[in-house]
This record gives sequence, structure tokens and C-alpha cells, in this order.
Amino acid sequence: MAAISVQGLVKRFEDVVAVNGISFDIADGTCVGLLGPNGAGKTTTVEILEGIQSPTSGEVRVLGRRWETDATAIRERIGLALQQTQFYERLTVRETVELFRSFYPRGLSVEEAVAKVQLQEKAKAFVMKLSGGQKQRLAVAVALVADPELLFLDEPTTGLDPQSRRSLWDVIDALRGKGRTVLLTTHYMEEAAQLCDRIIIVDRGRIVADGTVNELIRSIGGEQVIEIATRPTLTDEQLKAQVPGLARVTRRGDIAALTVQELHVAVPAVVAAVQAAGATLQQLSTRQSTLDDVFLAFTGRTLREDES
Amino acid sequence: MSPLWQLILMRARSLWREPSVLFWTFVFPLLTSLALGVAFRNQQLQAVDVAVAEGPGAAQAAETLNADPGLHATVVPLADAKERLRRGKAALVLVPGDAGPELVVDPSQPEGRTARLLVTNALERAAGRKDALAFRTAEVTEPGSRYIDFLIPGLLGMGLMMSGAWGIGWAIVEMRTGKLLKRLMATPMKRTHFLLSFMLSRSALTLLEVLFFVLYARVLFGVRVFGSLLEFTVYALFGSLTFAGLGILIASRAQNSQTANGLMNLMTMPMMVVSGVFFSSGHFPEWTQPVIRSLPLTALLDGLRGIMLDGVSMAALGPQLLVMAIWAVLPFAIALKIFRWS
Repeated sequence: MAAISVQGLVKRFEDVVAVNGISFDIADGTCVGLLGPNGAGKTTTVEILEGIQSPTSGEVRVLGRRWETDATAIRERIGLALQQTQFYERLTVRETVELFRSFYPRGLSVEEAVAKVQLQEKAKAFVMKLSGGQKQRLAVAVALVADPELLFLDEPTTGLDPQSRRSLWDVIDALRGKGRTVLLTTHYMEEAAQLCDRIIIVDRGRIVADGTVNELIRSIGGEQVIEIATRPTLTDEQLKAQVPGLARVTRRGDIAALTVQELHVAVPAVVAAVQAAGATLQQLSTRQSTLDDVFLAFTGRTLREDES
Repeated sequence: MSPLWQLILMRARSLWREPSVLFWTFVFPLLTSLALGVAFRNQQLQAVDVAVAEGPGAAQAAETLNADPGLHATVVPLADAKERLRRGKAALVLVPGDAGPELVVDPSQPEGRTARLLVTNALERAAGRKDALAFRTAEVTEPGSRYIDFLIPGLLGMGLMMSGAWGIGWAIVEMRTGKLLKRLMATPMKRTHFLLSFMLSRSALTLLEVLFFVLYARVLFGVRVFGSLLEFTVYALFGSLTFAGLGILIASRAQNSQTANGLMNLMTMPMMVVSGVFFSSGHFPEWTQPVIRSLPLTALLDGLRGIMLDGVSMAALGPQLLVMAIWAVLPFAIALKIFRWS
């Protein structure tokens, strides 16, 4: 059974179309990442699935039920962390989790939920005394307290330092092992690559790519990237004519990134092309394709350009 | 544990652990009443100043006048005495003379009349006048008629309005801007439990406020509750729920605390001025009275003062209760319709 099923979802605000016809299914027990820059429609999509916003049109089923008719039944079985919720400053961690636990007919004990995010030492601390990472972990503890079948995490690590981010990844990773379904939004490529079985890339309210990390990388025509800087700059036409297996050329500043299938064939051809054009090679490096390349290929932008 | 109880605990904890709430609810009205109680305490009338012009018999006359506690006589040269009268430092100038004493007064000065009565009375008696009637004078200062008596229920009413409007409205807007409201709505929490928790915690705090006011007014200022304390408390509870409803209405759509702040001031400021917190609303022109009487704070204050100072029973406060009921039900009903939960 699909934990989530979305058909032709549209959300229109007064003059903006936030979600412009999205359809996807999410299988039980998978961890899916919704990846996209700010304003891509990730949060709107997730909030519709969480029952916080209602769609302009389209069909949504969560755990086989519809929000219009079964809202309470769905709410009892999902858990969620919004983007940066400000909990009551003068409640302790334990009191906050206890409050949320009281709304659900079944779930974890307060201690279990606090332990899952390793906040036992802070259980008696006021929310106002927590660091950013600890607050995010509290939000995840609150999301877990109902022992939900389906978990929504909206940018759980945005704004955290690398160490807090890794410790939160460990928490989410542990959940994947328990057969729970997780839908996670992020604009961090490493996060999606690390945690998700499947990635859906959204941009301007539409799905632009959907698959596993490897599938997505293959879909852009190569798993290797050669980055060169030459003087004078070589045109796309010059490169395409001479480099075998060249899938695409993307440019950022002076640097051209060439997505290719096989390095041992492509690199000598690139060097030959530079010589043939009478240019000098300023820089040459190779690396594996990443989700960033995938995103750039599908949207013409990088994820990071949108980071604020 | 029951979700309603947990929500009430959350409200109570966030109030109890917030020093500013405790300050505005308890310390601020206490300080205000201390300051105003001192400034407007009922004073004894000062003795009336009389200047006696130098001359034969002046010292004798001054002594006679000073024997009256209501008079204060000083002997000065005639020119000085007239100068004092002109500047209002003396209410009367007495010029002793062989042909009989001369009294000089300024007819535009109200104290002149009192001075003339006191001076002639004192001099006549000293000269051997026999009074036809023997008066006895009893001096009274009734509790219940002093300014502090008027002020205490006024401050209580103002406090109930402020903590109803700000305590509830502000908290809801903060929860909305911090997305806590949205997060709560994504749980199976019942919305009625949520609103009820605000009402019930507000009522509990109101009980404490009333108790605190009644106690400190009694201990510090000797202000008593003449009517039934139970009715006084019930009436105050009713008033605080009225303002809680208004607070919820103000918070129902406000997206940030600045907007809410402006709306709160718009609601509370005019009532603080016209409804009679610090001075009687009767000072405003007659044609404004129907409007002033239909305001919730006026109704609350009239009732609190009625029960506290005049011993009126709640049954006699029908019109005030009606005004408050309208202000409680309408805003709350509108708030429920237009409330923005996320």
C-alpha cells in the first residue's frame, strides 16, 4: 500500500501558484526526500499532506485516508516537525513532550521519546536554554511521541552546525531501520543523499526529477564530471564536436563542467580540443557527479544559489 | 494525562514562570495604588492665614486669633499686610484701631469669607459675647468615601481588562508567529480544549487577582468590601471572561505582535480614560453617557464599585451584567468564525 498518494495537486495563493500539478506515490517503509530550493513548493506540498493547508485542487490520500473525511484518524497516526517551531520558552523539554503526548491515544512514553533524540540530559531544561540543534531534536521528539507510522520532517537541519546536523541524521537513520515511512524536505544535497531511498526534485511548483540518487545521476547522461578553465574559453560547439560521450556542458564563471560517461576517453579528448583551439589550459579537475549536478541539469540553477 | 489538564498546565506554567506577567498583574497595581493613595490622601484643611497690622493692641489680637486652631495670625507692618493679601498669602488683614478693628478682605478670594467669620467670631467671644446656642461638632471620615476607596476597584477592573486582553490575545499571537499554534493544530488536539484552557487558566488567575486586591486594600488602606465577597468575586470573574473574549477576537487574525499590540491599545486606551478607572466617568458631558455606559469596562467598574463600596447586590446590577454579557458573547462568537489557526 502507498503511505502517501498525490494526484494532480495544485495550490494557488492570491497571485502565486505554489504547487502546480504534482503527482507521486510513496511506498510504505521508504524514506523519501523532497529536494528543491527555497520557494520551490516543498513546504506547501508537505503542509497539504499534513492537513495544515488545503489544496486548491487535486487528490491527496495519506495512509489510505482523505483529510476531508478522516482528519482525526490521520492526525493520530502521523508525526511531524515543522520548519523551526518555537515551543513555549518556559516549559521544560519533558513538559513539552508530555503536553504533546497527551493529545494521542497511543504512542511512546515521554522518556522513550526524549531518549530517541538523546535529550535525556536536557529533559529538565527550559526550552529557552536549548541550542538550535537541541531545539530541532526536541521538535523531532515531539514528532515521534505518537510512535507515528508516517513522519514528516520539514527542513529538519536547516541552520544547524555540521555536528548537530550529523547527530540528527543518526536519529532519522535509526527510524528508517524500523520500517517507518519518512518524507523529508531539504535543500541540502548531502542530507538527501545520506538519508533517502528516493529523491523527488521540485522546482517552481513542479516535479522535475524522481528516482534514487544513482538513477538521477545516470539520468543526466554520465557519472563523471570534468571541470576545465581555458583561455580563451572554448565554446559548447567546439567541445561537443571533439569530446566523445559528452552529455552536457554547464558553466559557472570561467569554469565549464562537462558531464561525461568515461573519463579515460573524455579527458584526452578534452586536452586535444584545447590544443586544437590554440588555447591554454588554466585548470582541469575531475569528480563524481552529485545531486547538485542533477539539480543544475534539471533546473538550470544550483541548490546552493538559493541558500540564504 | 488528560489533554485539557496538560493545556491548562502549559498556560499556568507559562504565566507563573514569566516574571513580567507577575509584575503587571500584582506588583504594578499595588505600586499604582500606593502612589496615588499617597498623592490623593484626604488632608485636613490648613489653618487660614491672617495678617495683623502693627499698632496698639496688635499683639493682643494676634494672640486671641491664634488660640483658634482654624486661624494663623502674624503681626506685620500695614504695608506688608496689604502686600500679603494682594499675593494671596493672607486671607484677611486685621487693622486694630480705637474706633474698632477694621477687616480688609479681597472679595474674589473664597478664603476671605471663612477668615472673616472665624476672625469676628474669635474677637467677639474674647470681648465677652454670650452664644445663644451651644454647638457640638463631630468630625467623621467615612471609609468608602475616600479617593483610595474609589481607586481600588478601578485598578482591579483595569487589571482584569489588561490581563484578559493581553494575557490571552498576546499569548495567542505569539503562538501563531512561532508556529506553535500550527504545530498544535496538526495534532489530534481538540480546538475546544485549547480555547477552554485559556478561559480556565484566566479564571484561576482572576481569583488570585481578586483575592490579592481585596487583601492588600484591606491591610494597607483599610478598604472594605461592603457587599458580598462571593458576589464580588463572581462579578470580577464574569468581567475577566468578557475581556478574554475580546482578547481572543483581537488575536483571531493578527499575524504579528505589532498588529496585535496596536489593536490592544486601540481597545484598552479609550476605556481606561472614559470608563472611570481614575476619576468618575460622570465628568464627561451628558450626551456621551449612554456610549460610556455601554462599554464593558464601565459596566465592570460600576458593578465592582457598587458591590465593594455601596454593598449593592448582584441582582441590582442587571443592566451592567447585560452589557458585559453582550461584550462577552458577540466578540467570542465572531472570533470563533474568523479565527486563523495557522
